[in-house]
Amino acid sequence: QQIQENLNKQLLDNLLSFLSRSHSDFQEKTTEWTCKMKFREIPTAALVLGVNVTDHDLTFRGLSDVLHNNITPYVALLEAKDCPGIKNLMQKLMGQLMNCDIDVDSLEDEDCVQVSQNRVRCSMPSLISWYDSVTKKTDSETPRKKRNSSSRHWQSPPVVVIFKDMESFTTKVLQDFIVISSQHIHELPLVLIFGIATSPMIIHRLLPHSVSSLLCIELFQSLSCKEHLSTIIDKLLLTSRFPFKLGVKVLQVLINIFLYHDFSVQNFIKGFQLCIVEHFYSQPLSVLCCHLADVKERIYSLSHDQCENIRRLPSFRRYVEKQESGKQIELLINDSFLKEETEKLLEDLHVYHENYVQILRCLHVFTSSLPKYPLGKQIRELHCACLENRVWETEEYESSLQLARMLNKTDLVTMLQQCVEILMSSSGKEFDRAVQKLKEFLTQFQNLEAEASQERDVSVSPQKELQKKTDLYHLQKTLLELKESRRSKKLTKFEMLRFEVVDYIDSLVRRYLVPADQRTLHEVVYFNAAAVLRGHLNAAPRTALHTALNNPHWYLKNQALRCDGGGISNKAPDICIVYKLHLECGRLINLVDWLEAFSTVVMAAEEPNADAASSDQVDDVIHARFIRAVSELELLGFIKPSKQKTDHVARLTWGGC
Amino acid sequence: LAKKNKEQKMGNLVEEYFEAHSSSKVLTSDRTLQKLRKRRLDQQTLHDLLKNAPLAYAAEIRDLNQQHESLFSKWMLQLHLGFNIVLYGLGSKRDLLEKFRTSLLQDSVHLVVNGYFPSITVRSILNSITEEVLDNIGTFRNPLDQLEFITKRFKEDSSLELYVLIHNLDSQMLRGERSQQILAQLSSLPSIYLIASIDHINAPLMWDQAKLSLYNWLWYETTTFNPYVEETSYENSLLVQQSGSLALSSLVHVLHSLTLNARGIFRLLAQHQLEKKDNPSYPGLSFQDFYQQCREAFLVNSDLTLRAQLTEFKDHKLIRTKRGADGVEYLLIPVDDSTLTDFLEKEDEDV
Repeated sequence: QQIQENLNKQLLDNLLSFLSRSHSDFQEKTTEWTCKMKFREIPTAALVLGVNVTDHDLTFRGLSDVLHNNITPYVALLEAKDCPGIKNLMQKLMGQLMNCDIDVDSLEDEDCVQVSQNRVRCSMPSLISWYDSVTKKTDSETPRKKRNSSSRHWQSPPVVVIFKDMESFTTKVLQDFIVISSQHIHELPLVLIFGIATSPMIIHRLLPHSVSSLLCIELFQSLSCKEHLSTIIDKLLLTSRFPFKLGVKVLQVLINIFLYHDFSVQNFIKGFQLCIVEHFYSQPLSVLCCHLADVKERIYSLSHDQCENIRRLPSFRRYVEKQESGKQIELLINDSFLKEETEKLLEDLHVYHENYVQILRCLHVFTSSLPKYPLGKQIRELHCACLENRVWETEEYESSLQLARMLNKTDLVTMLQQCVEILMSSSGKEFDRAVQKLKEFLTQFQNLEAEASQERDVSVSPQKELQKKTDLYHLQKTLLELKESRRSKKLTKFEMLRFEVVDYIDSLVRRYLVPADQRTLHEVVYFNAAAVLRGHLNAAPRTALHTALNNPHWYLKNQALRCDGGGISNKAPDICIVYKLHLECGRLINLVDWLEAFSTVVMAAEEPNADAASSDQVDDVIHARFIRAVSELELLGFIKPSKQKTDHVARLTWGGC
Repeated sequence: LAKKNKEQKMGNLVEEYFEAHSSSKVLTSDRTLQKLRKRRLDQQTLHDLLKNAPLAYAAEIRDLNQQHESLFSKWMLQLHLGFNIVLYGLGSKRDLLEKFRTSLLQDSVHLVVNGYFPSITVRSILNSITEEVLDNIGTFRNPLDQLEFITKRFKEDSSLELYVLIHNLDSQMLRGERSQQILAQLSSLPSIYLIASIDHINAPLMWDQAKLSLYNWLWYETTTFNPYVEETSYENSLLVQQSGSLALSSLVHVLHSLTLNARGIFRLLAQHQLEKKDNPSYPGLSFQDFYQQCREAFLVNSDLTLRAQLTEFKDHKLIRTKRGADGVEYLLIPVDDSTLTDFLEKEDEDV
């Protein structure tokens, strides 16, 4: 658990630092701009942030920190949920500004008292005194504070008010606030920042012309969330820093949730966190999922049971089967031998990862520039394809190789240079040879260039000949010859080289990009239970209810409940029978008929055991059971009482569910 | 081919839907429960009858529950890692949560919220946190302030831990936007651990992106097939005879279907009754006074309209009339004062 928490923390820290870094330039731009503004209208920055509302928290916090540190202003962060009315808004604003004041100046004696006073006064319920107090507040107190602080500071710093979620503010509140603050703009230099999730159009939709003319708006665009995702995947999955890896299916689930549901980086991280938790909780061998330095120690502290666990892994069994018989016995019986072997295997796995990442990047350099992107544009798609099965067996890979064979020279050279850089950056010795080879290719290309210029000289000569000989017959002949030679012309040196390069890359791919689940002991570091993950993150309560009601056999393993297709088994639980009967009805259901149908079904089930001796008693019980089932359905939201007709209920669902 | 088939089926379904909803005429028989010459059961006899009826498939249900119980320790781990847990599936999850509580939470501070209880409000949840967990008796102006206070306390004191178990997070009273917002903010505090259960098929509709990320849910399917005994005992079914006093939820429900003026009339009466609540001999508001007040508030324009309105209230059992010693008609709302206060507060929020 401790390891896991460590890992978790490490990971989150990494992410946070990355996220704040990615926002920093954006923030700096905004800060600069706030410094520059002169105030005749209210200067306003509109930040277009995209629909992933949940991620914006971090951005705003970072922004207010940056603003704080550059000593410009007092910053107040307002959220729509705190400000249902202008009163709350003012109250919140004052509170935050006062607190800011205290924070910045660390002057506590006076201001503290003031804050509490202020709050009390803000809350005065009656409308008139509220308006008085607001005007008093804005008239007398804030400007005073302004003057106080401006005397202390080097210039009068603007007060920045950030509206976190512009869309969810009430129009009236926003308008009122802007109008009020525009009246006091001379004494109190305000700067507003709107966080916008949709598009800048919303400003004009929310604010009428008279109000928006009081604002001087500048627009800022933030990075799109897809770029975030790709950087996160880059940092998280395609490094060898974290020993924990995701399997294909899991990765696909996470990416799908991101792309098709919410665009939220936060949720992606949450899913990743859940994967870590699940992995370390359910997989007994996850102890070994750590950095290479710790592996040895941990392996030697393994108990016998854990060794048995290793032997039980399917990938390990495959490995054992490939060994010769003497070693097989040794592996299956001798614990210490097994431990040594495991250590070796784990080291292999680590080396494999490092190589994998580098080669993957190289391949991505090649494939990402091809037309139509047969292997995908983003590195994550390539990663998925490589993990899923042998990538060189797929059609897409085939077609991308074909396209690569038609590349022109300048592209090819730049790509090769990129590859060399990538490979150089990796620490492993593995790639020395590859780097050399690639460099060789590069020099050859340079040579080619030189040769090409010579060749051009050569090619000029036949044309010169053409000019010399002027008679028609010869001309025709030479032209034909030229044509002939062009057609049958052997591949130029460049083309040959091109093939060679592509083939070499191909061989690299074949060597290093073996999918992970064909490696031995991959279970230790790969998390592959996609179904669990999907169940926890992206659940479907309605489907669960539907199967439980339609097919109780799924949950209650009883032979009596097994039935085929749409029929109603009369032995099912009451609520299932009632549900099935209600499915057959239209929009409204008559309770009396429903009751009768139900009692017929139930009576048929009970007929064999008890003859209808005390039919009245049985009737009452059935009636009661029916009532219970119907009220349960009402609780679940399938029906509701209807006033359209007496003793009817309305169905709220349609079709299967 | 299969896909095409499916598409066709879907198309049919859609057409059927619009066909069924196109005309207001409904084809059902006209029989009513009155003609069934069967006495209506009341709550008590219903309960007795059901107690005698054996529960089907008890063994299988027990197996199922044991499966869920094996997850308890995992839940604890995940709660501590900052996730909150939500249970869905058919059947009452009350017993399961109770078992979780008794087996794992015995020693720690925990709060159980019965969401199915019809007069529960967020206010009461917050109150029980501030009063019993934090030992603060002070009152707060609105839930937001209270929430702020709680957040501050929990942030200051890292040793405070609280487990909150909510049965039926999706019940009538808690499903409102504001309540969910407050609960979500509460659950996002790192030292408050929330386990909730939902039953309604449309329960996930009440959460938007922001709330979902605050809640940080982990979904668990726990289909138990247990009957909803406690939960449905408050659900006023058509088939059960009404008894006892009005619950807040039904009061709100009925009032919502009325016109604005009618609501105003009822409000006036309620306010008046609350003002006089300390006077034990208060006989109720006389009709003449009430008429005068309603006129002043521009709610009615004649004696007759007010009478008609009052008759409607009477039919819904919202008010009761009493003739005093002097022969004057007095109007009373037969609801206890706390419910009435809650009701007025709720109205204020809505407006």
